[in-house]
Amino acid sequence: MTLWGMAQQVLSGTGATLLIFFSTVIFSMPLGLLVAFGRMSKFRPLSALVKGFISILRGTPLMLQLIVWFYGPYYLFGTQLSSGWRLTATILGFSINYAAYFAEIFRSGIQSIPLGQYEAANVLGYSKAQTFTKIIFPQMCKRVLPPVTNEVITLVKDTSLAFVLAYSEVFTIAKQVAAAQTTIVPLFIAGGFYYVFNFVVDFVMAKIEQKMNYYR
Amino acid sequence: MKYLEIKNCKKAFDELSVLNDISLSVEEGEVVAIIGPSGSGKSTLLRCATLLETMDSGELVYMGEKAASTVDGQAVYADGNALKKIKNYFGLVFQNFNLFPHYSVLKNVCDAPISVQKRNKEEVKEEALKLLAKMGLSGKENAYPCQLSGGQQQRVAIARALAMKPSILFFDEPTSALDPELTGEILKVIRQLAEEKMTMVIVTHEMSFARDVADRVIFMDGGYIIEEGDPHEVIEHPKEERTKQFLARFSAEQ
Ligand SMILES: Nc1ncnc2c1ncn2[C@@H]1O[C@H](COP(=O)(O)OP(=O)(O)OP(=O)(O)O)[C@@H](O)[C@H]1O
Ligand SMILES: [Mg+2]
Repeated sequence: MTLWGMAQQVLSGTGATLLIFFSTVIFSMPLGLLVAFGRMSKFRPLSALVKGFISILRGTPLMLQLIVWFYGPYYLFGTQLSSGWRLTATILGFSINYAAYFAEIFRSGIQSIPLGQYEAANVLGYSKAQTFTKIIFPQMCKRVLPPVTNEVITLVKDTSLAFVLAYSEVFTIAKQVAAAQTTIVPLFIAGGFYYVFNFVVDFVMAKIEQKMNYYR
Repeated sequence: MKYLEIKNCKKAFDELSVLNDISLSVEEGEVVAIIGPSGSGKSTLLRCATLLETMDSGELVYMGEKAASTVDGQAVYADGNALKKIKNYFGLVFQNFNLFPHYSVLKNVCDAPISVQKRNKEEVKEEALKLLAKMGLSGKENAYPCQLSGGQQQRVAIARALAMKPSILFFDEPTSALDPELTGEILKVIRQLAEEKMTMVIVTHEMSFARDVADRVIFMDGGYIIEEGDPHEVIEHPKEERTKQFLARFSAEQ
């Protein structure tokens, strides 16, 4: 097989990889914010429960979580696994795992906003919802950008974990081609792909950071 | 008319009793200065008055409207809607400004009147520009707080409070976070407001300023009002021993 042929095959997984990546980003961030609220809730049982879940999600391998999401319904309820479930389980596993990480990032971001911001908003008569959406949230976004960037870069590489569910993204295919052709080249091609992907992510995040640099 | 009336306000943090039976009223157009040593409860009193802190017991009345009253020895606050209305009666200027860093100067001043008081955007903007001009901040409308000096930031904070058209304005050590050469510009602004008969309660360590601008001075210590009255009397000829000690230490420092 030619190099070009191998590259074509490996990169045919690009769409699948991008699908995992963007789905996870889109679902895990709002979910993470929600989880952060749960974690900061003054209602103790809720915050304890959320804390427990975060701890489990961050303390066990994502690969294991993916397998549990995928096979869980079968082992727990004897459900027949449909063909679409592979992708659903993958995105579910990624989104929920990353939500746990984002939740902790958002929480520390929110808690780093000086109390004086809340007090100024309070005296000016802003409602709780207005205070969050207008005053706290925008400042939080700026503060969490560096750790969020780290997380997103990790996510790009983590999408390769979908190979455990044999979901045909870039890494899964690269591994298959490498085995079939007994050559390491497809793995290098995949490596190059992830590197370029992250290069773009880095660039985009730097642009966003720049945009938010109009204030300190 | 009494703009503010606080009766028998008590406040403790855990075991520490910070305000002991404080009563205070402020008349329309009056400027009241509160002085006293660190930890005497001045900020806590302002925070209780501005609803940032809840009193343990006591009565709080703005413009004849009850924000809180004592029932069975406990402070009971009015419902959310009543408090929302009462919040329109006062403004607070903080020691460290607490401007919104992500908003431009103009937006800092305009946002609450527009999104809280639901006033007309254009009108609010026009008034805000006038206020900023009055504060000597013309041309700074589009700057961000981080681009301003401390004194300028505090003047924005004053404009932001005034834009809400409060009946009474509280200041908690408005110059304490500023370099000495910048305190003058803030004191000048407050002086001007006093001349315009703005009702104000000012916690300050600037004794000569308190003496010159205030209609009445209150000396607090240990959560009690020890002495109050005419500023010249209290600051130049204090009657109480504790007031004398405090002022002596003060003039020694200066
Ligand atoms: N949230 C709080 N929790 C516990 N104690 C507090 C709290 N806020 C204030 N205190 C205590 O209450 C006392 C009075 O504090 P306050 O800030 O009202 O004093 P102050 O007169 O404003 O002093 P300063 O001149 O230093 O600003 C202090 O002993 C302080 O430690
Ligand atoms: Mg204080």
